[in-house]
Amino acid sequence: MTQQTAVPLVTDWRDFFALTKPRVMSLVIFTGLCGMLAAPERIHPVLGFTAILCIAVGAGGAAALNQWWEADLDAGMRRTSGRPLPAGRMDRINARDFGVALSVGSVLLMGVAIGWLAAVILALSIVYYAVVYTIWLKPRTPQNIVIGGGAGAFPPLIGWVAATGDITLMPIALFAIIFFWTPPHFWSLALFVQSDYAKVGIPMLPVVAGEVATRRQILLYSALLLPLSLVPWMIGGAGSVYGLSAAALSLAFLVLATRVGLRRRSGEADSMKPEKQLFAFSVIYLFALFAALVADRWLVVQG
Amino acid sequence: MTAMNDVPDPETENTRIRRSRNKVLGLLLLAFVVLVYAISIVKMN
Repeated sequence: MTQQTAVPLVTDWRDFFALTKPRVMSLVIFTGLCGMLAAPERIHPVLGFTAILCIAVGAGGAAALNQWWEADLDAGMRRTSGRPLPAGRMDRINARDFGVALSVGSVLLMGVAIGWLAAVILALSIVYYAVVYTIWLKPRTPQNIVIGGGAGAFPPLIGWVAATGDITLMPIALFAIIFFWTPPHFWSLALFVQSDYAKVGIPMLPVVAGEVATRRQILLYSALLLPLSLVPWMIGGAGSVYGLSAAALSLAFLVLATRVGLRRRSGEADSMKPEKQLFAFSVIYLFALFAALVADRWLVVQG
Repeated sequence: MTAMNDVPDPETENTRIRRSRNKVLGLLLLAFVVLVYAISIVKMN
């Protein structure tokens, strides 16, 4: 038997980039930018760019810390086994240090360049995702997604605060919309990948409470999302373009959620088409809702 | 041609990865310096 001396490969920069979950980051950048553009006060483009960069880098840091902590779990799931850590392309300590550096750097830059209120909320969102959600809630409670959804709801709030330096009812409404959007978004995904979650022992709602309860909860949160999405219009923070768009989008969301909520799986061979449709539409929903908010604001500014 | 020829030498591969990493890091540092400069100008105004 011959013994070979394996030369460990150096981690490629693309793997560091992958560690920041770029696809999630694109949604974070978009909602943060929309929160900033929907604010009544204008921010200098350089400072606006810096604020969005800090939000994106902070989200990237939190995602890196999430993958550092969950490397073993990721290895057990088909969807995540190709990530840099479970695939063995990166050292865990490097991933942790990279996450800490991005998180601390983004908060400091936000504080110095934009303001310390925005920086504190950014720090809170990173701790919320990396510690409260990843380390504390996700492995312990099937309600992990509900409370963890708060982490994804921070970007528009930070974008708004970066522009105005103030927290009002409007950014809180934007926060609440994403907070209530998150459970049906993730649970529809969890319904068709639940065997993966069960395998690694993550107590996702479909695994712990069963499919029927999950479908009922998806319907409940989608029903709550409809009036909630209209709050920016009702409090005068947005006009009729947003109001009508929100009503149409939320109704479509509710229709798809109802199909999922009242459905019973026909067996193991079920293709879970309604669940996949709801998951796909939920992403479009959030992009379209926030785009309508910005378009509405732009029309107001144009007079 | 054998299959051995298709497998890149780990040392050569590491050098290539290190070079591309250094380039990306250099560009990021340069972008950061430009950003700090731009922020300083905006803040001074």
